[in-house]
Amino acid sequence: MEKIKSGEELERLATMYRQAARKVTKRVLVCAGTGCVANGSLQVYAALREAIEEGGAIVDLDWLLEKEAPDNATRLDKTGCRGFCQLGPLVLVEPDDFMYVHVRPEDAREIIQESVVNNRCVDRLTYTAPGSDKHFDREEDIPFYKKQHRQTLGNCGHMNPEDIREYIARDGYQGLAQSLTQYSPLEVIEEVLKSGLRGLGGAGFPAGRKWQAVREAPGERKYVVCNGDEGDPGAFMDRSIMEGDPHKVLEGMIIAGYAVGAAEGYIYVRAEYPLAVERLHKAIGEAEEFGLLGDNILGTDFSFKLHINKGAGAFVCGESSALVASIEGKRGMPVPRPPRLAQRGLFGCPTLLNNVETFANIPYLMRKGAQAFASLGTATSFGTKAFALTGNVKNTGLIEVPMGTTLREVIFDIGGGIKGDLRFKAVQIGGPSGACLTAEHLDLPLDFDSLKNAGAMMGSGGLVVMDEGTCMVEVARFFMDFTQRESCGKCIPCREGTSRMLEILEGIVAGKGQEEDLALLEEIAHMVHDMSLCGLGKTAANPVLSTLRYFRDEYVAHVRDKRCPAGVCASLRRIVIEAEKCKGCSRCAKVCPVEAISGEIKKPFTIAEDVCIRCGACISQCPFGAIKEVS
Amino acid sequence: MATLESDCARRFKAVNEIIERHGKRPERLVAVLQEVQEVYRYLPEEVLQYVATGMGVSPAEVFGVATFYENFSLKPKGKYIIRCCDGTACHVHGSEALLTAIRQRLQLTAPETTTPDLMFTLETVACLGACALAPVVTINDKVYGQVTPDQMVALIDELAGGEKDGKD
Ligand SMILES: Cc1cc2nc3c(=O)[nH]c(=O)nc-3n(C[C@H](O)[C@H](O)[C@H](O)COP(=O)(O)O)c2cc1C
Ligand code: FES
Repeated sequence: MEKIKSGEELERLATMYRQAARKVTKRVLVCAGTGCVANGSLQVYAALREAIEEGGAIVDLDWLLEKEAPDNATRLDKTGCRGFCQLGPLVLVEPDDFMYVHVRPEDAREIIQESVVNNRCVDRLTYTAPGSDKHFDREEDIPFYKKQHRQTLGNCGHMNPEDIREYIARDGYQGLAQSLTQYSPLEVIEEVLKSGLRGLGGAGFPAGRKWQAVREAPGERKYVVCNGDEGDPGAFMDRSIMEGDPHKVLEGMIIAGYAVGAAEGYIYVRAEYPLAVERLHKAIGEAEEFGLLGDNILGTDFSFKLHINKGAGAFVCGESSALVASIEGKRGMPVPRPPRLAQRGLFGCPTLLNNVETFANIPYLMRKGAQAFASLGTATSFGTKAFALTGNVKNTGLIEVPMGTTLREVIFDIGGGIKGDLRFKAVQIGGPSGACLTAEHLDLPLDFDSLKNAGAMMGSGGLVVMDEGTCMVEVARFFMDFTQRESCGKCIPCREGTSRMLEILEGIVAGKGQEEDLALLEEIAHMVHDMSLCGLGKTAANPVLSTLRYFRDEYVAHVRDKRCPAGVCASLRRIVIEAEKCKGCSRCAKVCPVEAISGEIKKPFTIAEDVCIRCGACISQCPFGAIKEVS
Repeated sequence: MATLESDCARRFKAVNEIIERHGKRPERLVAVLQEVQEVYRYLPEEVLQYVATGMGVSPAEVFGVATFYENFSLKPKGKYIIRCCDGTACHVHGSEALLTAIRQRLQLTAPETTTPDLMFTLETVACLGACALAPVVTINDKVYGQVTPDQMVALIDELAGGEKDGKD
């Protein structure tokens, strides 16, 4: 491949790829995101390949660029994640856009015969909404997708992420070409400022302002760094972008490099994402080959190099200064700010750090302009945001909605409501730095400022929905356990504060809590927030504070009545004998290892609660179902 | 079957190559240790010493980095590394029960994470990024979604029985 020398040449290639692709209309796309692969999509892919080859021919882009397609030609490709991982393996058949769910290798023949050869839909493989028998033939009709606006994720699931030509055919690298040829670096920054794009990695700092600061910082060498650490448990937006549309991230970073005056960039990917690392490596190689990365990009005198660094399993490395230390090969410990990274970052040079999704927004922004970008969203948050919707909701997966979409729309329209039609209790947003919101927040628009006002934060975009069977004290304990383990130990308020908070929470769920504990918990929480060195400690108490604020009665039930209203905390469960059902056979008393059960034959027995160890042995012994666990 | 000695020599050669490939630059320390761990499946102390000398950094620095990151292990790990996700989504979907079942099957008690025969290592991770399939477990990087405790035990039985390589 000759390197592309200009924007026009890129445009010409894009047209050429599109024309070649149009030679065959039939295309079968198999999702090969992590979720679908785990569900066996690679076997489905192999079966589809066989099924197509039985009666037709598989052609690829290389073929189509050289010659005409035979009559019975079909394209078959693996794609990135389509978001609806729960229904995987997913298969899409173009041009009718039939979408099939839970596809098994045995279904391959039928799919090819019906949908590819006869243009008919295989009804039995389409999506049916839970609890109804309505079939949805096409992706865009499915409620899960209907309210979404897949802009950043638009390519994910619709093209082969391992072929740069597909990205180019979908207007890829156009944003870069326009930036390099029609804008000065300062004008690019101006455009990003005007768009109102805010950092999507958590804090929502205006991207343009950060770029400006790095541009203005004195220094010969500057760096662009992409934060792909995605450490929040319950979040996988960045992973899907890196795996499903890696070139978008590269394009965003190259544009950023041009704007801030950097010649080198690093992508820091967490070690748990091997496929993302592989795809990014491949994408970098392709981009270099095409002259879109490396020396003299698109024939201009701008050059830019990219490296990938793999994380080694430390949540704190998502924090900017810790991340920089980790790239430098050191222990990933944060340092106090200022100086900010924009002044002194990687290898002591001014550094621009943005999140994966932030960079992935740049190509669209530069291609369409700031105005088009800002047309979606609210007064202070623009564009879209991807969320990982998980937990006790019917439809889980990766979604993207305009800023300002309400929680209700996300949980009930897109998510389809709570599993098993239980009641909605809370939604955890923003991971361990985030908060739990309640039913009263369902109409809260999802944007940076509304969330902040409600005591929560956007975070990276994990949304974990919890039903009435969830104990909020246990949830707080769970997050504190995480933060306490991940605290790097450098500053005392965070190291000791999280340990003490965890101790208290463990006590409460074990039924050893006192009423004074709640006040103490709050006091420590505020201390840790005020005095910690980095964002990890500053936000560590958020899950505790938000649950204390919105679910105080649950805490009180635990500490005062020694009762877990949700019936989750094992130590707070009680075992009782229902007097009406008990026939007084004494079997329970015989199996009780601690002799907690007593009574007179043929009269209802009773359990001495202070002796009972809640082993449950009696429950299974009772022939009358008279013994049960209550909370 | 390679003799013990030649195996040792081969590994040291691999370590040398890794250090050379990264140009002995101190900022590549994390990457070097990652690759070294792939060779040994853990980081033996004498190798850490060797890396320190080879890269011209102090042993304390190397030791500091090796103990800071969770992915590095100074103790030998099992042939099959089971990583059970205990991230939020998986926690909500019952990863506790899964962990208990695995521990019981492998007879691992709290601080111990590797079976004495060096076949299995159990680790918990906070989110594998496949939350829609919760609860999630990976075995040598192969992802298993929506696993039940029974399935998990069956899977371990299968791996323990047949000498099948988990990496496919
Ligand atoms: C403990 C901690 C962990 C973080 N983890 C991540 C992460 O995994 N991914 C991320 O993009 N930002 C993370 N951040 C936020 C980053 O420090 C930084 O604000 C962000 O990457 C900047 O990018 P943005 O402006 O594009 O959002 C974390 C912050 C803290 C304090
Ligand atoms: S919480 Fe388990 S994969 Fe994300």
